Amino acid sequence: MQDGMTFMLGGFGLCGIPENAIAELVRLGVKDITCISNNAGVDDFGLGLLLQKHQIKKMISSYVGENDEFERQMLSGALEVELTPQGTLAEKCRAAQAGFPAFYTPAGYGTEVAEGKETREFNGKMYVLEQAYEADFSFVKAWKGDEAGNLIFKGTARNFNPAMCGAARITVAEVEELVPAGSLDPNHVHVPGIFVQRIFQGKAYEKRIEQRTVRKKEDA
Amino acid sequence: MLDKNGIAKRIAKEVKDGYYVNLGIGIPTLVANFVRDDIQVEFQSENGVLGMGPFPFEGEEDADIINAGKQTITTLPGASFFDSATSFGMIRGQHVHLTILGAMEVSEKGDIANWKIPGKMVKGMGGAMDLVASAENIIVAMMHTNRAGESKLLKQCSLPLTGVGCVKKIVTNLAVLEVTDEGFLLLERAPGTTVEAIRAATEGTLVVPAQVPEMKLD
Repeated sequence: MQDGMTFMLGGFGLCGIPENAIAELVRLGVKDITCISNNAGVDDFGLGLLLQKHQIKKMISSYVGENDEFERQMLSGALEVELTPQGTLAEKCRAAQAGFPAFYTPAGYGTEVAEGKETREFNGKMYVLEQAYEADFSFVKAWKGDEAGNLIFKGTARNFNPAMCGAARITVAEVEELVPAGSLDPNHVHVPGIFVQRIFQGKAYEKRIEQRTVRKKEDA
Repeated sequence: MLDKNGIAKRIAKEVKDGYYVNLGIGIPTLVANFVRDDIQVEFQSENGVLGMGPFPFEGEEDADIINAGKQTITTLPGASFFDSATSFGMIRGQHVHLTILGAMEVSEKGDIANWKIPGKMVKGMGGAMDLVASAENIIVAMMHTNRAGESKLLKQCSLPLTGVGCVKKIVTNLAVLEVTDEGFLLLERAPGTTVEAIRAATEGTLVVPAQVPEMKLD
C-alpha cells in the first residue's frame, strides 16, 4: 500500500464491508487515498475509521448521509467528493472488470452529474457517457471463499463486492470462512477465482447493523 | 387532506398483480403495508433483493439482510439476492414495473429534484438518478407543500435536478395529479379538500377538468 493510491471497497452501508482490510489500512496509516465505495461508513465504523484519521483525500460514492465527520470534512474542503448515481457507480466497477473503457447510461442526463460529459441520443432517448474506474486495489468481503479465490456471498452483503472483483490491479478478498479448493460446489460460486488475487479469513466480524428494525411476534 | 399513510394507501391502488415494484425511502416504504393481499407483487430493493418481506421478529434480525434504507428485513418465498450491477440492470433495463419515490420538488414538465440542497444538505443521490432516468412508470409520493408552506409543484424546479421529464404521476396529501403537456392535470381531490385549496397550493400550471372526483381509498 502506498500513499495516494485508489481503492475500491465493497459494501452497502455497513453491510458486506471489508472490515479487516479497513482496520489494516487504518493501522498502516496510508494517506491521501481515493476511495470508491457506495457509502462512507458511519462516524465510528467502516470508512468512518479512515476519515477520523484524515487518510482519505477523495471519496467517490452515491450516498454519504450517515456520517457527520464526512460532512464536516467535505464542507471545510478537506475532503474531495465525487457523487455518482448508484447504478453508474456499480457499472463503472463492472466495466473495469469486464474490459469496457466506457458505457452510456440514461442516469444523470440533464443534471449536474452529466456536466462536462459526452451525451448521445439512442432511439430517441438521451444518454451520458461514463468511464470505467481505474483502481490500484479492490477490497471485497465474501461469506465463504476457497484457496482458488472462488467466492460465495450471503444475502444483501453481496452488493458491490462482485463487480469490484477484478476491477482493480489487485483484488483482495476477505471471507468469514476460508475452505480448501474443492470444498465449494462450483455451481454455487458467485465470483470465479480468476478475479481474486489475494484471499484471507477475516477475524471477528462485528457486522454492525445500521437500522435495527423489528416487529413483535404478538403483532404478526 | 391525507396524512402520510393516506398517501401510501392511495398509491397502493396503483400497484397491479404481477408487478415488480421499487419503493423509495419515507412515504413510499409505507405503500407495502396497503397493497391488496389477493395480488402477487414483488418488492425490489436496489441494494440487491427481490421479494422483500416484513421486518424480522425481535432477535431474528440478520446484519447481512437489509433494504436500501439500511433497515433489517426478511425475504418472502420466491425471493432472490443479486449484486448491485445486476440490480441496476433490472432498473435500467426497465424490468421493474413501478418506481415510487419521494421528492422535494416536481416541475410541470415532470422534472424532479430530491437529492441536494446546495449549502445545506448534500447526502448524495443514491439510486434515485438511475431510477428516475430508467423507469417507465414513476409515481412521486410527497406532501403538496414544504414545511414553510411553499408549493412543491412548480413551473420549474429551483433545486438541482435528479432527472428531467420523467415523473408521470404525483400523489400528495391534497391530490392525485398527472404530468401532461399542458401542466399538472388534477385527477382526484383528497377527502374534504377543495379544488381551490389545491390551486392555492400549486405554483405550477394546474389543469382542472369539469369534474374532479374525491379519492377512493378503500
